Amino acid sequence: MPVAIRIPPTLRRYCDGADLLHVQPDTVAGAIDQLHRRFHGIRDRIVDETGKVRGSVLVYVNEEDIRFLQEQRTPLKPGDEVSIIPAFAGG
Amino acid sequence: MSNQGFMKALKCRECGREYPLAATHVCEFDFGPLEVAYDYDRIKKALTRESIESRAKTMWRYRELLPIAGEPTVGAQVGYTPLVKADRLAKRLGIRELWVKNDAVNYPTLSFKDRVVSVALSRARELGFTTAACASTGNLANSVAANAAAAGMETYVFIPSDLEQGKIINSLVYGANVIGIKGHYDEVNRLCAEIAGKYPWAFVNVNMRPYYAEGSKSMGFEIQEQLGWQIPKHTVVCMASGSLLTKIHKSYQEFSKLGITTDTGWKIHGAQATGCSPITSAQKAGLDFFKPVKPNTIAKSLAIGTPADGFYALKVMKETGGHGEDVTDDEIREGISLLAECEGIFAETAGGVTVGVAKKLIAQGKIPATDSAVLCITGNGLKTLDAVVGHVGEPREIRPSLREFESLLESAKTLAPA
Repeated sequence: MPVAIRIPPTLRRYCDGADLLHVQPDTVAGAIDQLHRRFHGIRDRIVDETGKVRGSVLVYVNEEDIRFLQEQRTPLKPGDEVSIIPAFAGG
Repeated sequence: MSNQGFMKALKCRECGREYPLAATHVCEFDFGPLEVAYDYDRIKKALTRESIESRAKTMWRYRELLPIAGEPTVGAQVGYTPLVKADRLAKRLGIRELWVKNDAVNYPTLSFKDRVVSVALSRARELGFTTAACASTGNLANSVAANAAAAGMETYVFIPSDLEQGKIINSLVYGANVIGIKGHYDEVNRLCAEIAGKYPWAFVNVNMRPYYAEGSKSMGFEIQEQLGWQIPKHTVVCMASGSLLTKIHKSYQEFSKLGITTDTGWKIHGAQATGCSPITSAQKAGLDFFKPVKPNTIAKSLAIGTPADGFYALKVMKETGGHGEDVTDDEIREGISLLAECEGIFAETAGGVTVGVAKKLIAQGKIPATDSAVLCITGNGLKTLDAVVGHVGEPREIRPSLREFESLLESAKTLAPA
């Protein structure tokens, strides 16, 4: 079973409108690389020029912020769900 | 769009790319937040002290600087809350002059959120939305529920399920669909980001965020006008996402840029609860980025562990020479009592945070005792009774007998006769 990646509306035009994609990576960084190989340009939307996830982007693995896990080195296993979403406003 | 009011476009705060004035909040290039860009040349001709003073006493007296195209259709009565000269509190905190901007009595739901919601929903209706929604720590849910009800919109509000009872009832009563999420606010917000991508609703703090956030500026415009068209030297603002702090700063920038007030230098100080202090911890450590936290504080309205505007709030504090500080749950309750006992204002926990932090900053000399400061009080204590119950004493009970009363008076030295 592959890893499911939920694509936010902002990024859908980079991947033919898909809201859910499947990849088979070992880590979050690997998932972003695999997305990039299929849909050129998408990686630079998520990470900055140093390769780090942008401050305005939040990445979750199974509902946990990767900054509480191992950031981009966070391991992924089949069946995991990755969400990419913009940072939150107040409420 | 033919009529854009005084707005020009939405603009990315990171890369400056421009977007149409639609219901969208994030730059497609770098996920940077979008902000409304205005035509300041036109605004300068239309907005003067005189034109403002000729208008009704609501937040809409500054309407050229608020992002709607036509007249407000939601929340036309919101704002222009009292700016109270707080002499007794000033004396207790040891400062020459202190003012309290009291949004605990904002109309209609007793928090500053009525400002942002009236802008977001007026704009949402201009864009054709009929359903309003939000992710909320409580006050925003109350305000969306009330203002959307009055506008005849359908409403979905998403809140952490463990919120204070007062904040839950204050959403349900308006007939809103209230969804309690088993998790903290950051989890509610993550879910809402995904829901907002799927349903065609006006999520005030997601897809309507660029318009919504601008509503907070009205609190700062009012402070300047109520101080006699002056910018306060020090302003203390509580922070959840950090957005209010950045917008108070922007209101001072805009009025001084338009020549409505004079830039004499100002400092903006940020206040958080120790149990959720990602922004003030970074400020105190001299960092320009924050580390997200898992919130644990009685100040639930400020419990955002991943603050979207944290980076920008840090920048404002740094640029203006302001400071960040945080207070414990006991210090929050003490702050609530101080404000209530000195000024007769009952603020919610976030207000206790602001007062507690002001006390600390004055004691540390970071706000000099010889200066003047404004404290921004953002919500009403009647909504967070759970946080103070058992900490403010109990009524003393007697039978309806004068003898019993006088004997009580005799024994209770603290109960002084009138």
